[in-house]
Amino acid sequence: MKQLIASLLLFAAMIISPAHAAIDPAMLQGLAADDSDDKIAAIAKVAALADADALRVLTAMSKDNLMAAGDKLYVADGDKLTDAATGAAVDARPAGLDTLTINNRVRSALDSALAGLRLFSTSRDKRLAAARELQDSADEALLPLLERALKSEQDAAIRDMLQIARAVATLQSADGAIRLQAAKDLSASSNPAVKSMLLARLQKQGDAYAEPDDKVRAEIEDAIKQIDKRLARADALSRIFTGLSLGSILLLAALGLAITYGVMGVINMAHGELLMVGAYAAYAMQGVFRAHWPNYTDWYLVAAIPVAFFAAAAVGVLMERTVIRFLYGRPLETLLATWGLSLVLIQAARVLFGAQNVEVANPGWMSGAIEVLPNVVLPWNRIIIIGFAAFVLSLVWLLMNRTRLGMFVRAVTQNRSMAGCVGVPTARIDTLAFAIGAGIAGLGGLALSQIANVGPDMGQGYIVDSFMVVVLGGVGQLAGAVWAAMGLGVATKFLEGWAGAVIAKILVLVFIIVFIQKRPQGLFAMKGRFVES
Amino acid sequence: MKVAAKVTRPADAGERENWDDSGSGGMAHPVTEGELDLSHGVILYLDDITVSFDGFRALNKLTLSIDVGELRCVIGPNGAGKTTMMDVITGKTRPDSGTAFFGQTMDLTKLAEAEIAHAGIGRKFQKPTIFEHHTVFENLELAMKTDKRVRRSLFARLRSEDYDRIAQTLTTIRLEHEADREAGLLSHGQKQWLEIGMLLMQEPRLLLLDEPVAGMTDDETERTAELFVSLAGQHSLMVVEHDMAFVEALGGKVTVLHEGSVLAEGDLASVQADPRVIEVYLGR
Amino acid sequence: MTRITTDARTVALTRKSRLLLMGGLALAWGVVPLLALVLPAGNPLHLSDYALTLTGKILCYATVAVALDLIWGYAGILSLGHGLFFALGGYAFGMYLMRSIGRDGNYQSDLPDFMVFLDWKELPWFWHGTDSFVWSMLLVLLVPAALAWVFGFFAFRSRIKGVYFSIITQALTYAAMLLFFRNETGFGGNNGFTDFKRVLGFPITAPETRVVLFGLSATLLMGAIVLGRVLITSKFGRVLMATRDAESRVMFLGYQPLYYKLTVWTLSAMLCALAGALYVPQVGIINPSEMSPANSIEIAIWVAVGGRGTLIGPVFGAAIVNLAKSWFTMSFPEYWLFFLGLMFILVTLWLPDGVVGLWRKLRAGRAARRAAADTAAATVAPPAPTTPAPAPAAGGGDKSAAPGVSGAIAKGA
Repeated sequence: MKQLIASLLLFAAMIISPAHAAIDPAMLQGLAADDSDDKIAAIAKVAALADADALRVLTAMSKDNLMAAGDKLYVADGDKLTDAATGAAVDARPAGLDTLTINNRVRSALDSALAGLRLFSTSRDKRLAAARELQDSADEALLPLLERALKSEQDAAIRDMLQIARAVATLQSADGAIRLQAAKDLSASSNPAVKSMLLARLQKQGDAYAEPDDKVRAEIEDAIKQIDKRLARADALSRIFTGLSLGSILLLAALGLAITYGVMGVINMAHGELLMVGAYAAYAMQGVFRAHWPNYTDWYLVAAIPVAFFAAAAVGVLMERTVIRFLYGRPLETLLATWGLSLVLIQAARVLFGAQNVEVANPGWMSGAIEVLPNVVLPWNRIIIIGFAAFVLSLVWLLMNRTRLGMFVRAVTQNRSMAGCVGVPTARIDTLAFAIGAGIAGLGGLALSQIANVGPDMGQGYIVDSFMVVVLGGVGQLAGAVWAAMGLGVATKFLEGWAGAVIAKILVLVFIIVFIQKRPQGLFAMKGRFVES
Repeated sequence: MKVAAKVTRPADAGERENWDDSGSGGMAHPVTEGELDLSHGVILYLDDITVSFDGFRALNKLTLSIDVGELRCVIGPNGAGKTTMMDVITGKTRPDSGTAFFGQTMDLTKLAEAEIAHAGIGRKFQKPTIFEHHTVFENLELAMKTDKRVRRSLFARLRSEDYDRIAQTLTTIRLEHEADREAGLLSHGQKQWLEIGMLLMQEPRLLLLDEPVAGMTDDETERTAELFVSLAGQHSLMVVEHDMAFVEALGGKVTVLHEGSVLAEGDLASVQADPRVIEVYLGR
Repeated sequence: MTRITTDARTVALTRKSRLLLMGGLALAWGVVPLLALVLPAGNPLHLSDYALTLTGKILCYATVAVALDLIWGYAGILSLGHGLFFALGGYAFGMYLMRSIGRDGNYQSDLPDFMVFLDWKELPWFWHGTDSFVWSMLLVLLVPAALAWVFGFFAFRSRIKGVYFSIITQALTYAAMLLFFRNETGFGGNNGFTDFKRVLGFPITAPETRVVLFGLSATLLMGAIVLGRVLITSKFGRVLMATRDAESRVMFLGYQPLYYKLTVWTLSAMLCALAGALYVPQVGIINPSEMSPANSIEIAIWVAVGGRGTLIGPVFGAAIVNLAKSWFTMSFPEYWLFFLGLMFILVTLWLPDGVVGLWRKLRAGRAARRAAADTAAATVAPPAPTTPAPAPAAGGGDKSAAPGVSGAIAKGA
């Protein structure tokens, strides 16, 4: 009721008030009222002016820069003080100057009002953002603003949003016809907040429904169904996307392992720590760029690619030369020794970089998102990681299938002694292959640094997952690893939606355990006459 | 041969149950002689067996049979399917098609390795597989025909006749002075003999021997041939061998395998005279 | 001659080991209570609560190590999920301890505190009966055994072995840890169980209770060793080791390795569970981190350090690593992981048979040296009775030489 009166008053004010560059001080005084309801009403009145002054005053208010002294309001800007009504500078600081207090309810009204004002911005992006914000927070007080914006708005996308915002605002109108129209309009929405608003209208309050009219209720139910359908589609799409993104992270983590374990048969439990090395390489490069080329910090990540690769590869060579080489053909011992290596690496990272997680910032070109469909927002960093995974994958493929080194590695894999006989330097190939596997893990770690916490323990969480990918895909099969990683990623994300993250993880692990029992050779393993072991 | 296989009655469900008591946490019941039906004088039928790996046909409609008490030699160039055939008989590899019967009633393609071993088929691998960390005595003890279920093995004690049997076998394989040595320390030829000894301890009806004299001295080879000839009659033997002198010494019927099926069959002289066999061995 | 040696082997316990066993029991039930309870705190021989608990804890760990060695050392199956069985035993007994708190908890409720905190109104179904000691002991044994049996049955039936088996056991314990971290699972989530008050009516922190728990732990460990000894000296043990060395041969001899592996695997899980059940009242807490893969893999290093394939090795291994751990974490906490990591590496590279293997090698070396000295004396002395001097000199020289060298000399001589 109060809102209704407020909006009527507003309407009157809009017609009467002449267009001049100052606000009626009486209107402003309401902002300093003691009662929150009065304050909110005054905010709506000011907002309805929809001019630069209103924006100035309300922005100041939301930043806690609006002060009151007596019955006059001032805007503080640092040391300077201006009259809120006229915008004229005030020289003398009036006595009893005090910031207006704003509680949460007032603040949300203020935010809506400011969003309403931004609807008249000349920037399309700002208008779009404002319209999106109002989609689920508009109320009747903002109706006049919305109507005016609808009249002037040319952009179709913004108009659609504004219509939904208007419908939201009129959903509680006293007039049944208006509510009916609002419900109809809202069926075009794909906003979960609108859906819950509609659901609230179907609730019973005491004996009566919140929405008294049967016809409107039917319309609302219909609208909810429409929204649900759209939400489900958007949900599935974004799950597939996040699943692919998770899959490409798994793939990046597992690709190196596909070489060291899949091709060379080395169980490297320190693989996760090679990821960590790559991630810390990104952190270190970020530090270097910040210290020396602060203007180019956005490009530290590109510079970190070779650094991460070679740092991890160097650690890998060290591991291979000092420990793993002596354990070829003894997988269980290799497993234990590399676990020991992983502990040493973790502790070394703690000593060098501290036990706490370090902060690795996304470069500017990786932040932000694109909205492909309403509610399907794809963050840039994830898109870039998917692309990066594809890039690394093709690199590995080329390396293994199109280079002499790859040929040697495959030869050593198939028949070590024969390869040695025809002059392949097997020991050097082992080291090189291990270095490449480690380097690729470093690249994986670099990618991880953009979306996950970077800390000494970060690698431990990935080791089981990466092994699962390699094992599931079939040892030594790149294609298998890709299918396994993507399949696991998407399946995990869908299961998460259904059962929650932890249960999803458990289900995936249980699935893999069962799967390995059925097909120990993995998805893509070759059938063959295997030699008796 | 095919006719014989076709009139064979497939193993009925009732008999299968005796073999599959996996629920009881143990091993199949020990075989009593009556369960192996040798009424037609044939101990092993392989009929129309095909095994392929990734499109490669290791066995191609192989049909072969071995009579009770026969000593059969199987020869053939590398990749002819000799080892795969043994894998099929011992249950290690399942054929894509075809049947394998032990006696008249026992369908080998449906039994597990241990069940087949219990039924009375013993196998010697190409590479001697013995328990290198056990003593020679223990190797023979483990091979001895007895109830091999977990529960029995926990409280098993050797009876004096068991000692006698082991001592007898030790003499047969000429390892009586090595009884307490770790088997891994034996010479290659001795290992081969030990594995043959283990096979004998199993008291199998049919022995499959994959290149049993590889790595033996001439003297040892000769003695092995004698042993095998003496075993024929009470046991049936199938010997895969490349050593023609050894095959000749054994003197039994010879089967030539080529590209997964039987190329020729007969005594050694007639097989060696067969132009197709000569072509296969000497190459095209 | 064959008969005699083999008979000697089938006797499960030699007189020496029987003596050792009696001595150990006397120590655990006689001397330790004396030192801990009777001697006053000021006495230098007094066993402090800390030392008692630490030793009791290590005894539990040693039992776990023996259990792991039974399957790793003798059956060649490396489990990286044994912490799961240990923790399950601990949780099962922890349920009883939680119920024993009664209304003495912070919330004075019949329900365990964490349930009150989660606003649960009644016990979940699987908590029923856990106020009974007998029932919870049954749970301690049967739950891990059932899990081990089912998991092992499918894994061994599919002939999963080697590293594959290790990795899926690791995945298993990891999955279980995630499950137990959830509050909804009903085991106290992150915090697990703690703040126990009494066990079987006795106050849990009383020195007398601690001494009894210690004694039980020692008895369990010795029981595990005796059981292991009986198992491995039986034909069962020989089949098991044969399976480790040449599984296909075992199969073609007519044994089903599946049930042999399954038996020892399930027994091993039950031993772990018992150790876990004794561990929890002594340390006073059980939480899901016990199931972390890192914990399970640490058990493997206890066994490796001690020497796998021996029953006493894992006991030493567990003691050495855990004493080092408590010393490091008190004195140089930042170096503990370095030490542990290097231990993993060095043991696998240079001590494949652990300290027991090293000791045996040293002893064998000494014996060989003595034999070499004897041979040298024997060969040198007769032809030249007039010059006996070189023999002792050669023997003395041998002492500093490596055993291999002295062996070669002996052979050459």
